[in-house]
Amino acid sequence: MTVTDVHKDPDALTMAVTVELDATVERAWELWADPRQLERWWGPPGYPATFVDHDLTIGGRANYFMTSPEGEKYHGWWEFLAVDPPRRLEVRDGFADDAGRPNDDMPVGRMVVTLEERDGRTEMVITSHFPTVEAMEQLLAMGQEEGMVLAIGQIEAILADTPAP
Amino acid sequence: MEDERTDRVFRALADSTRRDIVLRTLEAEHSVSALARDYPMSFAAVQKHVAVLEEAGLVTKRRRGREQLVRGDVDTVRRAARLLDALEAVWRGRAERMSEILAEPDGGTP
Repeated sequence: MTVTDVHKDPDALTMAVTVELDATVERAWELWADPRQLERWWGPPGYPATFVDHDLTIGGRANYFMTSPEGEKYHGWWEFLAVDPPRRLEVRDGFADDAGRPNDDMPVGRMVVTLEERDGRTEMVITSHFPTVEAMEQLLAMGQEEGMVLAIGQIEAILADTPAP
Repeated sequence: MEDERTDRVFRALADSTRRDIVLRTLEAEHSVSALARDYPMSFAAVQKHVAVLEEAGLVTKRRRGREQLVRGDVDTVRRAARLLDALEAVWRGRAERMSEILAEPDGGTP
């Protein structure tokens, strides 16, 4: 199992995902530090991400867009709040308009990534913070179709043997 | 679901006893006294949990004689669970793709 733990805290509006990777911490850090690698895993299948900028310094920005199968582009941005290679990364992440300018009407989330060595492997913990439930809903609704599709499938399966009220 | 109600739903589901009550009452209607027999807590404590769930719209309550019957509300639960599961699924997908990159013969390094 790649994902070894998922901790959801609905009160604090956070979710921490623990990922175990068969690589050194230095190698795993590159997944975030190298935009060419980042764009291979950030977007869901069918929605490749393209990082236009990726300034991995404190206060630096990354700008990216994801392209839908229909060719629509969804723009997003990151601001690096902490960069401590290869152990810790903290970014604010939000959405942008078609020109890549941050969209002030959309909520801004925060992600903290930590990497630690465990017996020659890497334990990566990604903690997502949302300012409000509404923000969480909006961020999830935007450009994260993969999650929605999978999640709906899971819930339907759970509810399948639940008799209708 | 408006913001305030969503907040109530998440708070209600933050407790493991309440999550358990929701799951069991989704399967079948239970009386509060039947539920109380299964948890190491007082009838009043279970009743309080049920009240929190009812306020969040996660269960509905009806009377039958002296009994109070509790039933899970599928729609609300589905909505709340979907939201958290969506985020989990996004990251499970990303973690898989990270692993695939690292498993490439050259370690995925260009």
